[in-house]
Amino acid sequence: MEHLTNKDFTSDQEVKWCPGCGDYAILRAMQKALPDLERKKEEFVFISGIGCSSRFPYYMNTYGFHTIHGRAPAFATGVKLANPKLSVWQITGDGDALAIGGNHFIHALRRNIDINILLFNNEIYGLTKGQFSPTSKKGIKTKSNPHGTTDEPFSPSDLAIGAQGSFFARVVDTNPKLMQKIFTEAEEHRGTSLIEILQNCVIFNDKTFASITGKEVKQNAQLILENGKPMLFGPDLNKGIILNGFKLEVATVGENNVKEEDILIHNAHEQDQSLHTMLARMRPPEFPAALGVIRSVKRQTFDDGVLSQLEYEKENAKFRTVDELLKSGETWEIKS
Amino acid sequence: MNKTNKVVDLEKVVIKFAGDSGDGMQLTGTQFTDTSALLGNDLATFPDYPAEIRAPQGTVAGVSGFQIHIGRIDINTPGDIADVLVAMNPAALKANKNWIKKGGTIIVNIDTFTKRDLDKAGYETSPLEDSSFEGYNIIQAPITKLTREALKDSGLDGKSIGRSKNMFALGVVYWMFNRPMEQTEKFLQKKFANNPEVVAANIKVMHAGYNFADTIEALPSSYTVLSANLKPGIYRNVMGNQAIAWGFLAAAERARKGLFLGSYPITPASDILHELAKHKNLGVKTFQAEDEIAGICSAIGASFAGSLAITTTSGPGLALKGEGLGLAIMAELPLVVVNVQRGGPSTGLPTKTEQSDLMQALYGRNGESPSVVLASSTPGNCFDWAYMSSKITLEHNTPVVLLSDGYLGNGAEPWKIKSTLDMPEIHPSIAIEGEEYQPYARNEKTLARKLALPGTKGLEHRLGGLEKEDITGNVSYDAENHEKMVGIRAEKIKRIANIIPNQEIFGEEKGDLLVVGWGGTHGSLYSVVDSLLKQGKKIALCQFNYINPLPKNTSEIFKQYKQIIVCELNSGQFANYLRINFQGTIFQQYNKIQGFPFTTIELESHFKTLLSK
Repeated sequence: MEHLTNKDFTSDQEVKWCPGCGDYAILRAMQKALPDLERKKEEFVFISGIGCSSRFPYYMNTYGFHTIHGRAPAFATGVKLANPKLSVWQITGDGDALAIGGNHFIHALRRNIDINILLFNNEIYGLTKGQFSPTSKKGIKTKSNPHGTTDEPFSPSDLAIGAQGSFFARVVDTNPKLMQKIFTEAEEHRGTSLIEILQNCVIFNDKTFASITGKEVKQNAQLILENGKPMLFGPDLNKGIILNGFKLEVATVGENNVKEEDILIHNAHEQDQSLHTMLARMRPPEFPAALGVIRSVKRQTFDDGVLSQLEYEKENAKFRTVDELLKSGETWEIKS
Repeated sequence: MNKTNKVVDLEKVVIKFAGDSGDGMQLTGTQFTDTSALLGNDLATFPDYPAEIRAPQGTVAGVSGFQIHIGRIDINTPGDIADVLVAMNPAALKANKNWIKKGGTIIVNIDTFTKRDLDKAGYETSPLEDSSFEGYNIIQAPITKLTREALKDSGLDGKSIGRSKNMFALGVVYWMFNRPMEQTEKFLQKKFANNPEVVAANIKVMHAGYNFADTIEALPSSYTVLSANLKPGIYRNVMGNQAIAWGFLAAAERARKGLFLGSYPITPASDILHELAKHKNLGVKTFQAEDEIAGICSAIGASFAGSLAITTTSGPGLALKGEGLGLAIMAELPLVVVNVQRGGPSTGLPTKTEQSDLMQALYGRNGESPSVVLASSTPGNCFDWAYMSSKITLEHNTPVVLLSDGYLGNGAEPWKIKSTLDMPEIHPSIAIEGEEYQPYARNEKTLARKLALPGTKGLEHRLGGLEKEDITGNVSYDAENHEKMVGIRAEKIKRIANIIPNQEIFGEEKGDLLVVGWGGTHGSLYSVVDSLLKQGKKIALCQFNYINPLPKNTSEIFKQYKQIIVCELNSGQFANYLRINFQGTIFQQYNKIQGFPFTTIELESHFKTLLSK
């Protein structure tokens, strides 16, 4: 198969996000990741809902469908069921996926349909010009709540893992290499792969993730998880996560008798959700934010379930054509 | 079994089975239907049941009914009022007291006419003991007691014995109409294959009912309805919802397409989902979505990926699907939305029939978003209209709303089995690899664009709900382009009138009165027009199945009559639609919004008044 490059995935449409928007980096990372998947270009389909992020498909030179607000998981499910050979990517934002589309979002994860969902989480509504979203921090002042929100935010990881999601990863828009790697791993995972991208909205919610992505803080504020490796971070890679009783704690190797073997080893394939949930909840300043693949477990996909039933029924069918169906059951003849 | 009484031949008869919603009246009615169909009767049925699965026992609200009209003549409606009523309790009698012919036969389960059940039905004293039903032939059958007696050695528990009562009533009616019981025996053996005691019990009770009827002197004669003069061919019974499902299966097979149904359960449309879910062997993929919106959106996704995609619903569900339907119109993708209409607005009357979603189907979306609208008009032709909806949507790449209704969906009639080869060919409009492709380039004649299916090399493109630039399909906010595209989308639907057949009429080609109907009212309107034609009236029926666009010869037809009356089960939606399309023509209206079909009596009397003007 001819090897494709990022240019093959770049459409002729002018990209219209605000200058400095985190979406540009995500788009570039995707265009670079897809050639590595060694699939035919015509097999990729990008489906989106409504919002800034949902313009993404227009900029990918693949099959694409910019649909309606919140419903992209349903469209993606239809595409995948109709043609399971396709590689289906859903692009969504925190408003699209977790407010208007919350229902479809959890049901896609529950069914484990084999699609990849990129959740651009910027904790704000951008396209409608700056209202708070279901992930906005409590108390944030916006046009639609000038006195500060009284809403508790959703945690996408809690929602996803609670809905029995089989794959949850988190990346930041400031780390293109990690995005590229995780996009590839998401595609390789069979089932619904959810990638939360902490994405900066320069206009309405600038620096909302600065405590995680800021240049000065990031080495202490990010834990990049790798399966089978100890959970180490910090400028000297000597800080790590340990389990104390039922709680996680940050410890420094060499201090307070903490040895390297006390640091937890990441196992993304563990079926039990407890540790994955705790890791995904970690936030500065107490903890670093966990990035990378936090959870990746095997579970039958919805499309495989549907297809295997179909195959079984076809093989064991009493009839194979519609005409045979129409004539089945009680019939009688009227003679002339 | 030997009949000791004389047998009277009837032209047609209407029988209604009524009881508590847990009494098994739908099953009883269906059994009588199937047996009658096998004997070659023409027939039509109408189940009438409460929205609650088990409404309070013994109350009028909880009465479930099944009406069947059988004949050796052409039968087009389930009948206005019953000749024979089976009432399993006082509530069933009360609920149907106005729907039984004067002097008709009423079989009551006398064991339920106790103070308790009379109270529940709201009777202070038994209506059988005052003059309420004077002049009727009331047969007081101790159905509960005799069922218990028949099964006293069966070893079944009291509850199971109680559940067999309906078979006693069926046995009585089988005797009355001289029907064999073999078909039901076979049915029971199959249904309860794992439970031979239940099979034996039910059969025993049915025979007990039959013998009871044969023995008592209350029934002086039994009746027969000979086989009808149907066109030669192989027949079966179909219900409207089943026929719709089969029409889609046939269309998918002829179009060489996978069939995809995205749907959410809703009364009275769920049976289409149930039927298609059974036929995975034919390659159909059914997806029970998390809500109505996901139902249509998954179908649009499947359509984009190349399936013949459909979504099925009823009124409130269509409201939820409005935005998705608008997207399919904008993206110009094939999609059939089936709306099995019920009483509205809001939750309305879930189990009752109505035609009040016409305006919603035509206009119920934001922006100017025209959709093809078709309507089926008999349980059997639901097959044809599902097929035609598929053909139009696949060839023109624009969504079709197919309107059925609760009466058609749950109604049954004998259906002359079609071969899929009897149906017209379907040529989906799809681009192939290597072709010069512009997503919004159009067929000159039909204005249909071509689809390019994901997986086709070199035809990658993006669709969406934002306005499209003509030809390229790129996003465009250009003012003049928008106006042009609105025009193209409307014109594309109009041009479908060029390929649909002329509207047909039944009756006089010119005359005094044109009866106009659409969709599910066909049976009652046809019966009345037929009867008035036989009385020498200059009348005709014009029943529409193509609603948008209307057939091209419609205005010519309207010019041939002195008066036009538009009859529909709503406040006049089709009449108003015709007024928009044919300004200057006077359309009178006959409307009914009671959750029930028209009766032939009310229609005939109204048409006669108009004809005498």
